[in-house]
Amino acid sequence: MCLGLMLLSSSNPIFAQTSADDLTQYREMLINSNPADLYSAAGEEKWATPLGPNQVSLERCDLGLGAGKLEGAAARLPRYFRDTDRVQDLESRLMTCMSTLQGIPERTVIEAPFGSGPKKYMDEIVAYVASFSRGSAIEVRTDHPKEQAMYAMGKKAFYLQAGPYDFSCASCHSQDAKRIRLQELPNLTSHEGAAAAWGSWPAYRISNGQFWTMQHRLNDCLRQQRWPYPVYGSDLTIALSMYMAVNARGGVYQAPGLKR
Amino acid sequence: MKPFLGLISLIAVYALAQEPSDTEFNAMLQRSLRTEGIAVIQRMEQDPTQLFCSDHALISSPEGSKRAQEIQHSNFATITPPSDGVFIGDWKRGESIAQNGRGGTWSDSGKGVSGGGCYNCHQIDHKEIAYGNLGPSLWNYGKLRGYSKEVIQTTWNKLFNAKASQACSVMPRFGALHLLTEQQLQDLMGLLLDPRSPVNE
Amino acid sequence: MMGSPMRIRAQENNGIVEVKILIRHDMESGLRKGDDGQLVPACYIHTLNVKAQGVDVFHAQLGPAVSRDPFIHFRYQGLKGDTLVVTWKDTKDDSRRDEVVVS
Repeated sequence: MCLGLMLLSSSNPIFAQTSADDLTQYREMLINSNPADLYSAAGEEKWATPLGPNQVSLERCDLGLGAGKLEGAAARLPRYFRDTDRVQDLESRLMTCMSTLQGIPERTVIEAPFGSGPKKYMDEIVAYVASFSRGSAIEVRTDHPKEQAMYAMGKKAFYLQAGPYDFSCASCHSQDAKRIRLQELPNLTSHEGAAAAWGSWPAYRISNGQFWTMQHRLNDCLRQQRWPYPVYGSDLTIALSMYMAVNARGGVYQAPGLKR
Repeated sequence: MKPFLGLISLIAVYALAQEPSDTEFNAMLQRSLRTEGIAVIQRMEQDPTQLFCSDHALISSPEGSKRAQEIQHSNFATITPPSDGVFIGDWKRGESIAQNGRGGTWSDSGKGVSGGGCYNCHQIDHKEIAYGNLGPSLWNYGKLRGYSKEVIQTTWNKLFNAKASQACSVMPRFGALHLLTEQQLQDLMGLLLDPRSPVNE
Repeated sequence: MMGSPMRIRAQENNGIVEVKILIRHDMESGLRKGDDGQLVPACYIHTLNVKAQGVDVFHAQLGPAVSRDPFIHFRYQGLKGDTLVVTWKDTKDDSRRDEVVVS
């Protein structure tokens, strides 16, 4: 697949193809299949499989719409949860379910390397849950004071410059029509940009054949910003997610998506 | 209709959301970030430039413009000329440095060669079609500006500390923060200002 | 140990069935170094077989040159209602079997 793409781009020495062009070609080659569906299919099996010390499945997990109710749940996250008294995104809420239902400690998931063990399980479950919101409107609310506070935290964090390169999220993501090399950068401060970005993760990345959740995407952003390492599912990651998701409100949730 | 609703709700949230207190915000950062490899938690300690440029509201205010002058001034004070007095280095090495985006992340060892990552943001040699547009095109840099002492000095200053001329420039402070070695900076100068560099074709 | 579910689409038009199969498999060649700097052991699908009504319509010998999450696309002469059984085996003796009815 990668070889095919390389051959295609070398036939166009003069004109640079942006990642959007490459993506269209890939989609056509796969005749509109999306390898992300492989992950949701795997997640579907895992969702109903008993796991952990308690040998219980995730089928009673409450993602905000009631135990086991998945239809539209991902498009309503992040949100405030009364039982944990905090605002949570999809991954942190799934960790809550894994620990309370299955007895799998959050530490185990947090410390696992991306793409293996509990994080691989998480990727597949996230893909499965996301598939139930595909096509829905992004409907993140800010009725609860903690949701409003999380948005404010996220906005402040978005503009925070730190590290040897002085990078904030805003350094790259606060203007229209910008790109790094040939990778387009969504303007996350605008509704259109935020909706395009927030609504298209989690996604399958063709360039490395990996399925990335938003937590994974944020992790790699902060790495390239030369920041220290974000704790998986931490408040910083939820705050930034809240900032994007609220700006994206009204847009279409297109995940599980397909990316360069 | 949808974007309009999005805008309305954005305004509504702006109105409702209050700035978090510094204590609350810093506590959040402390529990959310950790050291990994060379990316140490101390990186979150902001210097005056970063503090100023993080304040989205302040930057665009009249008070902000005044403060920006001071920030530029203090950044200018960090600039030193090349120790051997040679401003123009090797453009071939400069091209490699511009292409190399490695260095400084927690996945870098700290022992490898860091690059400037210049093509991430700039067009430079027009043979390279994979370039970003966060910064202006540098194609024909010397050809367009000439090779005077003044051009050389201004360019060196920009490479060394971009925030001396523009307080909240997105460009990292390659010399002042030792992101690149002096030789690397000289070689980048060569890429831009050697009349024989392909950039000046 | 069972492999992950495949995504199979099979549609018939004018006596030709178009089959598209997306397979979830890391297809490690054994030549790649992981994050720890060590070589990741080889594990790739070596055989893929598709039968319609128990008769072979597609048989492939894949290898380490095929990248992650292979996509297979082929056509055969067949009918709506054909039962397709797709199976693969990899170098670690893992396998997967999925069944689909041609629409």
